[in-house]
Amino acid sequence: MENKSIYNTSSKTIAAISTPQAPGGIGIVRISGPDARKIAGKVFTSSRGKTLDDIKGYTALYGRVHDGDEDIDEAIALNFTAPASFTGEDVVELSCHGGLYILRRVLKAVFAAGAVPAGPGEFTRRAFLNGKIGLTEAESVMQLIGAQGEQAAKAALAGHDGALEKKIRQIRESLLQMAGHLSAWADYPEEDIPEVNEGSLHATLCSVKGELERLLSQFEAGRAIREGVVTVIAGRPNVGKSTLMNLLSGCERSIVTEYAGTTRDIVEDTVILGDIPLRLSDTAGIHLTEDPVERIGVERARERIREAQLILAVFDSSQELNDEDRELVSFVLRSPAIAVVNKSDLPIKIDIKYIKENFKQIVYISALSGEGLEQLKNAVAELLHTAGLNPADGILFTERQRDAARRAEDSVSEAIVAVESGMTLDAVTVSIEGAISALLELTGERATEAVVDSVFHNFCVGK
Amino acid sequence: MRYNAGEYDVAVIGAGHAGIEASLASARLGCRTCVFTINMDAVGNCPCNPSIGGTAKGHLVREIDALGGEMGKTADAVTLQSRMLNLGKGPAVHSLRAQIDRREYSKVMKHKLELQPNLHMKQAEVVELTREENGIWQLVTRMDAVYRAKAVIIATGTFLGGKIYIGDVSYESGPDGMFPAAFLGASLKKLGLRLRRFKTGTPARVLKSSIDFTDLEVQYGDEPVIPFSYDTLTPPKNRAVCHISWTNEKTKQIILENIGRSPMYSGKIEGIGPRYCPSIEDKIMRFRDKPRHQLFIEPCGLDTEEMYLQGMSSSLPEDVQIAFYHSIKGLEHVQIMRSAYAIEYDCVDPLQLNASLEFMDFPGLYGAGQFNGSSGYEEAAAQGLVAGINAALKIQGREPMILDRAGSYIGTLVDDLITKGVTDPYRMMTSRSEYRLILRQDNADERLTPIGRKIGLISDERWERFKLKQKQKEEERKRVKSTVLPPSEALNRILVSHETSPVTTGVRLSDLLRRPQLNYECLKEVDLSRPDLPAAVFENVEIEIKYEGYIKRQKADIAEMRRLEAQKLPQDIDYTKISGLRSEAQEKLSKVKPSSVGQASRISGVSPADISVLLIWLARKKEA
Repeated sequence: MENKSIYNTSSKTIAAISTPQAPGGIGIVRISGPDARKIAGKVFTSSRGKTLDDIKGYTALYGRVHDGDEDIDEAIALNFTAPASFTGEDVVELSCHGGLYILRRVLKAVFAAGAVPAGPGEFTRRAFLNGKIGLTEAESVMQLIGAQGEQAAKAALAGHDGALEKKIRQIRESLLQMAGHLSAWADYPEEDIPEVNEGSLHATLCSVKGELERLLSQFEAGRAIREGVVTVIAGRPNVGKSTLMNLLSGCERSIVTEYAGTTRDIVEDTVILGDIPLRLSDTAGIHLTEDPVERIGVERARERIREAQLILAVFDSSQELNDEDRELVSFVLRSPAIAVVNKSDLPIKIDIKYIKENFKQIVYISALSGEGLEQLKNAVAELLHTAGLNPADGILFTERQRDAARRAEDSVSEAIVAVESGMTLDAVTVSIEGAISALLELTGERATEAVVDSVFHNFCVGK
Repeated sequence: MRYNAGEYDVAVIGAGHAGIEASLASARLGCRTCVFTINMDAVGNCPCNPSIGGTAKGHLVREIDALGGEMGKTADAVTLQSRMLNLGKGPAVHSLRAQIDRREYSKVMKHKLELQPNLHMKQAEVVELTREENGIWQLVTRMDAVYRAKAVIIATGTFLGGKIYIGDVSYESGPDGMFPAAFLGASLKKLGLRLRRFKTGTPARVLKSSIDFTDLEVQYGDEPVIPFSYDTLTPPKNRAVCHISWTNEKTKQIILENIGRSPMYSGKIEGIGPRYCPSIEDKIMRFRDKPRHQLFIEPCGLDTEEMYLQGMSSSLPEDVQIAFYHSIKGLEHVQIMRSAYAIEYDCVDPLQLNASLEFMDFPGLYGAGQFNGSSGYEEAAAQGLVAGINAALKIQGREPMILDRAGSYIGTLVDDLITKGVTDPYRMMTSRSEYRLILRQDNADERLTPIGRKIGLISDERWERFKLKQKQKEEERKRVKSTVLPPSEALNRILVSHETSPVTTGVRLSDLLRRPQLNYECLKEVDLSRPDLPAAVFENVEIEIKYEGYIKRQKADIAEMRRLEAQKLPQDIDYTKISGLRSEAQEKLSKVKPSSVGQASRISGVSPADISVLLIWLARKKEA
């Protein structure tokens, strides 16, 4: 496209690593924009001597990438010509071996050849602006990249195929029907429109509220699956934390760690338990101490527990509970905690009744038999409400979507209160319409600057 | 032979409800104005229902009045019966509707125009409209008189290319058997306006003495009558009643058997009719399961025996009309004086207009009323007022009066027409306004009279009265918020009898008024410090307290809306050059030429993605 006027929103060619930046099989450097082929041609040489201009869209060349004279890696260059590409622009994707070091070198070479670094979410933004994808779709594409574990991928795909959109439309439809009836009844008083039945109005509003509440309550669960949960293993020394770690080490390792916005400097390992990525760290005890150095450690441990989304409090069944154990119990009392009781072949001395009184979930593990993993998986799923989650029913993915759903729910609640308190139906109608417009915003069918801003702000580099 | 007939600031084509407001406003603002009508006896004619107002239309009349228009005052002067519709459904949808004496209305209006300084009236058919090099408009009449004007307002109603249909019979005609404007349409097309065909219809007029009222339900007016106009200090009296009857299986059967003879169903009429005001055959065809439809028998005046059958418009042949009207209870032997008919006419695609109702491509040319694709007297009058005011302001080098959606139904009407366009005759409805708890008929003066005053259509006397009312409202609001009623037997007796919980401690008067079960009237006995104020003041204060939460939230929505509205879009943008806009959006934006991002966001076919492209484009443009 030679049109480089100010009208052209995408005159620059951008590039970024578009696969998760973690050790993996294959990594892709994506280049998008009017000079994509030219720039790719400077860093990539096909082994058969062809250039990217010689080949058609949707075809690939095998060859090598190099930084100037210096050879970097073997690679496949995939050619997409505008507008038949993800962004709607000319796109070249260089697939290399996935090592982070190699990918970064290739990207550096691409920048040296004339591309500029892609801004946060810029590929998706261009795709969106070029009409390649809709707003909810754009958001779920981002989730697809960040997805960890099977269920998250399913949820992201459901978003992609429009499961959320379908659900929202369905909710909106029943609100629209009500609003339509109310409007007709008010605007045509002489047309013998059936009286609006307040009983059925109330019932429909309540069922819509239920649907929205369900979506909202699953937001956290959905996020747990997608982003993982910060998990702290707590307990005094030698109660069985290592037994637990050993058990968990049997789980699949998570490959993606950098995408979610959670604090990760304390994450020591990430494993996937069932569907949920656990970002594990363990802590020192949280006992009272006079030692100033130890006190700092204890304070940090408390801090971690306070911030944790999941606490696995470990106890030894062969010992009586001591002050340190009790301190831990009372400290995690109001936190999302699971008691993990390590069973050895020694006689049981622990006051299990006390543990039962203070934790909703108790899991027994044993280093000898290796039992406990399945139980732990179920307990975690239950605690984080991921057990009953069916992504195909639609899940709210982003804060923006949650905010819109929440506003819709507020408006519906307001309408319910208005009906119950005997407010006139014009006020009820206004609340219903408020809910409809919030839902329109959710699916991106209504524009406000805030929507667009927040959507793009939340995209990560590389998509 | 053509001759020079005169020069004016503003020429108005048509003296119906739009033309009247346009020419009065223009003349009152000091412009030399001439209004043309095909028939001098048809000034302010009501060729359809003999009533003014109704849901949302009542709001429009109030707003017209608040700005300094004439419709409300004249309606008050000739009211036969008045009702406040939708009482009990909430203040947002309360709407005033008055049965009027149709001939009187026309007579009073015509006289007002005759008495208006700066205004000339001509009975003439305008056949040609052209623009001179210097931008002056030339109007030529059928008699070859040539008038020149700086601005022209087209308000041709159903006269433009009018064609009447009754069954198989059709002929070129204006409404009520008057001549149509047969030539102007071609001239407008030549000028470059995009015209289209719409249709509307009206029921039969029947002889009162041939109706058997014995078993018909009577509909009385409300007492006391609330006038439309803030200038009407002595409210009109109810002087007539209406009656209600119903269609039945037999009516349905007659219509179904003869539906093939309807020009609508046989495909003779191409014009698009209003979805919201269907003919009886439409109602029966579309709602086949409905066993009966309501109709109202309304008087056309005090000195005539003609009655109007609201809800029974039709374009079926006369013999079918006679048969189905006779099938209705009370109308078994009814004498039809004028048959029902459909009328097809030329109107313009309103997307060619801007918010002052001026054609974007033809400076100084304005459109109003049915010509702009609307239906209804009130919608027409509202647009006439906007066009008349803006034509005058432009000639005087003043800023145009742009009313937005958040401030009035008139603004909503204009914005809908020029932004969304119309696919069928546009009728105002309360559901068209997203801000309807704010745009109420009780506060039209508060919303618009300051604008009318600034423009110059509000007299000193009226302005003083307005300011006094505002002050009374403010003081009364303060009083109810600061007055605490002690718990008393009398108070609790009132509370319990209105099914709301009694009090044990002192309670603010405003908190009592907030309860949906209570109102000013029922608290009278215990509200000892209550001043003597007009009912309208109490009404307004009560509504604003009861709905305070909603009003506050709608105000927040308005602030948000006005933010996008403030992002102005230049008129000369070449949307086809903005890459990223989908082609449908490019096409729609080029057609509508929105004045702001806010307006752009309301265009159908422009998606949020397109809006974000526009916002980004604007931001880049500012950087550059």
